[in-house]
Amino acid sequence: MQAKSRTAIVLAAAVGGAMMLASAAPALAQTPKRGGTLVIGYHDTPPHLNPGVQSGLALQFPGSQLFASPLTMDDKWQPKPYLAESWQSSADGLSLTLKLRKDAKFHDGKPITSADVAFSIEVIKKTHPFKPMFGPVTSVETPDAHTAVIRFSAPHPAALVALSTPALCPIMPKHVYGDILKDLAAARKHPANRAPVGSGPFKLVEFKPGEHVIFERFDGFFLKGKPYLDRVIIKYNKDPNSLALGLERGDIHLRPYDNHARILKRLGAKPHLVLTKKGHEGAGPLAWLAFNLKHPILKDKRVRHAIAMAIDKDFIIKKLHSGYSTRAYGPLAIGSPFEDKSPQKFDLDLAKANKMLDEAGHKRGADGTRFKIRLDTLLSQRDVAEYLKPQLKKVGIDVELRIPPDLPTWMRWVGGHEFDMTMDVVFTWGDPVIGVHRTYLTSNIRKGLIWSNTQSYSNAEADKLMAAGSKEMDAAKRKAIYLQFQKRITDDMPVHFMYSPPYHLIYNKKVQNPPLTVWGIIAPLHEVWLKD
Amino acid sequence: MRIAGLIVKRLFYAAALVLAVLVLNFLLIQLAPGDPADFIAGQMGGVTQEILESIRKDYGLDRPLLEQLWIYLKRAATGDLGYSYYFNSPVVTLVVSRIPATILLILSATVIALVLGTWMGVMAARRPESWFSSLLTVFALVGYSAPAFWTGMMLIILLASVIPIFPVSGMYDITLKTGPLGHAVDVAHHLVLPSLTLGIIYIAQYARLSRASMLEVLSADYVRTARAKGLSERVVVFKHALRNAILPVITVTGLHFGHLLSGAVLVESVFNWPGLGTLAYDSILRRDYTTILGLLFFASLMVVAANLVTDLCYRLADPRIKSSRG
Repeated sequence: MQAKSRTAIVLAAAVGGAMMLASAAPALAQTPKRGGTLVIGYHDTPPHLNPGVQSGLALQFPGSQLFASPLTMDDKWQPKPYLAESWQSSADGLSLTLKLRKDAKFHDGKPITSADVAFSIEVIKKTHPFKPMFGPVTSVETPDAHTAVIRFSAPHPAALVALSTPALCPIMPKHVYGDILKDLAAARKHPANRAPVGSGPFKLVEFKPGEHVIFERFDGFFLKGKPYLDRVIIKYNKDPNSLALGLERGDIHLRPYDNHARILKRLGAKPHLVLTKKGHEGAGPLAWLAFNLKHPILKDKRVRHAIAMAIDKDFIIKKLHSGYSTRAYGPLAIGSPFEDKSPQKFDLDLAKANKMLDEAGHKRGADGTRFKIRLDTLLSQRDVAEYLKPQLKKVGIDVELRIPPDLPTWMRWVGGHEFDMTMDVVFTWGDPVIGVHRTYLTSNIRKGLIWSNTQSYSNAEADKLMAAGSKEMDAAKRKAIYLQFQKRITDDMPVHFMYSPPYHLIYNKKVQNPPLTVWGIIAPLHEVWLKD
Repeated sequence: MRIAGLIVKRLFYAAALVLAVLVLNFLLIQLAPGDPADFIAGQMGGVTQEILESIRKDYGLDRPLLEQLWIYLKRAATGDLGYSYYFNSPVVTLVVSRIPATILLILSATVIALVLGTWMGVMAARRPESWFSSLLTVFALVGYSAPAFWTGMMLIILLASVIPIFPVSGMYDITLKTGPLGHAVDVAHHLVLPSLTLGIIYIAQYARLSRASMLEVLSADYVRTARAKGLSERVVVFKHALRNAILPVITVTGLHFGHLLSGAVLVESVFNWPGLGTLAYDSILRRDYTTILGLLFFASLMVVAANLVTDLCYRLADPRIKSSRG
């Protein structure tokens, strides 16, 4: 009885304590502090700062501070109001109406109107490499200064993702860019790209390519009281070790897209730093082994499956990447709302791989070799490529490594379809229409173009599924379509999905509200503040 | 008059040399597979055929090679070195903006190397069998053998990480808000490690060179005469002996200018020093042909100018040359 009452007292105390803690939690939550300079370290310098006319992380993340997009996206793939207060898709999916904030203005004080939205979408459609983002847009109507109606030739569910970050849809001032659309080349070289007039939370103070970009708070930002920071500085340094040292010393507060396992391991042990994989879901990087399906041996699916089963992905992740990369199984990035949670896995099985190669008619020769094949690699994946050589030898495949001296050389080989197999890292950009279809569409087999369908993969069913998925407005039906698509692609294996690269965001614990939405660092930093 | 004639003659040679450098570099760069349009396409995450063609057309990459060369030379003659594919800026503006940082680095390294190297050489020559002389030989061997990037990294680890008294990289701290004097001190603080890294190789060389030269000069008759006259050892060594002994060092310093410039590429990359070296590194990786050509053009101009200045210094330091023809 005593024991029972003691238990009851303990339980009551525990419940009471928990309730007290819960009620105290809001009081404990810290109030954002205004001021301070956030220093970001990055390895690659951008050519300019306008993500509306060119892609690339190096210009997307500074561009996302300078420009605003109609919407943003939270960490659960839910669109949120930003420049647009609200949005409404028509029942037939053929139009999307954006209602803009009335108090939003550019850094030069001019108001943002629907004409700027129409202008920006047209510029992006004509100049940006991600054609599918606004490919189906037929017109953007501007019935009044704060309403933009985007018309599509067919329902376009990817539009919301395309509109949800300044990295993909920066609203550019029409009065600054003028007649930029007359000449595509002029769009990329426009002087305003190096000194943009945007409407984002920060305005440009100085841009020195290869050295730094300095931003300061835009006091006329449309979200009142934000941003919290006085200044944001991006310091460029090609050497990842110097950036790591900067983080250790506290010279740098935040370092996005670090993928060096040894550095991550070293910095992970520092008590003042936080490492996270979050914030990379939107860009969705995938590392794969691509096959040239025109190759007489590799065109046989059994050979591709055998190669996949001869590779120990766990070894790559645990040993080569010290556990910082993540196993990937299909064409949609980890964390995508369409991701197949029960994918076909090609785990290590040397016996089965050997059997399949025998069945495919590639018997071992006297020296144990079945056939010889060339493997190209990006320099950043050289370690994995070097592991594959002895590993594939175990199933009788003699791999000849071809290491390019630089990126353009590799791009010429692969874009020109002059390869057998290659390692690659590809970003999938949120919606399958934007960054996934390009690798598998029959219509996108274009010799000379890198990151098109360089594998020469062609499957009528996959094409049909991609066509259906690009137009389906019902989320559940769309997910079902892409599940089928993933199973088709994973089994056909034009590329073998291996892992999501070890990209991490590293930040000092002083940094509050770090950028952890699906777009991570390529989203505006107006919520970030620095603790003393 | 003779000096003016020499300068005109050297300038003529220099113009021919620079033209040859331009043509040769232009043709050599074309041998590499892939072109800047490929790289721009890659940076853009892949592009359509239409955009790829517009990039090639925009930069004249769709024209025959010799036509591209002719256009480039014509523009270069008017001071237009083209437009950077990657940095979206005229090459002349880009290169000129980076020259001060590189000149500062090279001059600092040269001064450090000349002063320390010569002093060490003189000290070692005065007592050739001493422990200092042996230590100098070892230092010269290590300093000369160690690659600049390794020396740089070791200095960073030691003096920016283990004992964090110097900055890791850059030319100045952009978070600091100071006046001109504060800025100059900040730049000097950032300059210590890179200039030391670049200078160490040459300290070693100049020390060995001046040691050998001083040993020879100190045994000359006129030095013995100077000592016999009762002059102090300081005057004998620094006024009489060193003036002769330093001639080979001056010659080598001029010749080293080109080496210093190429060394700066490595050192600037290690320390992210915003000079011509980092620009060269970035441009090579990105196949930014026009910037690479512009840099090589400026580098050849600087080397030619440095050699001209060396010739003049040599004449000033050695009165025998001044009074002879040549």
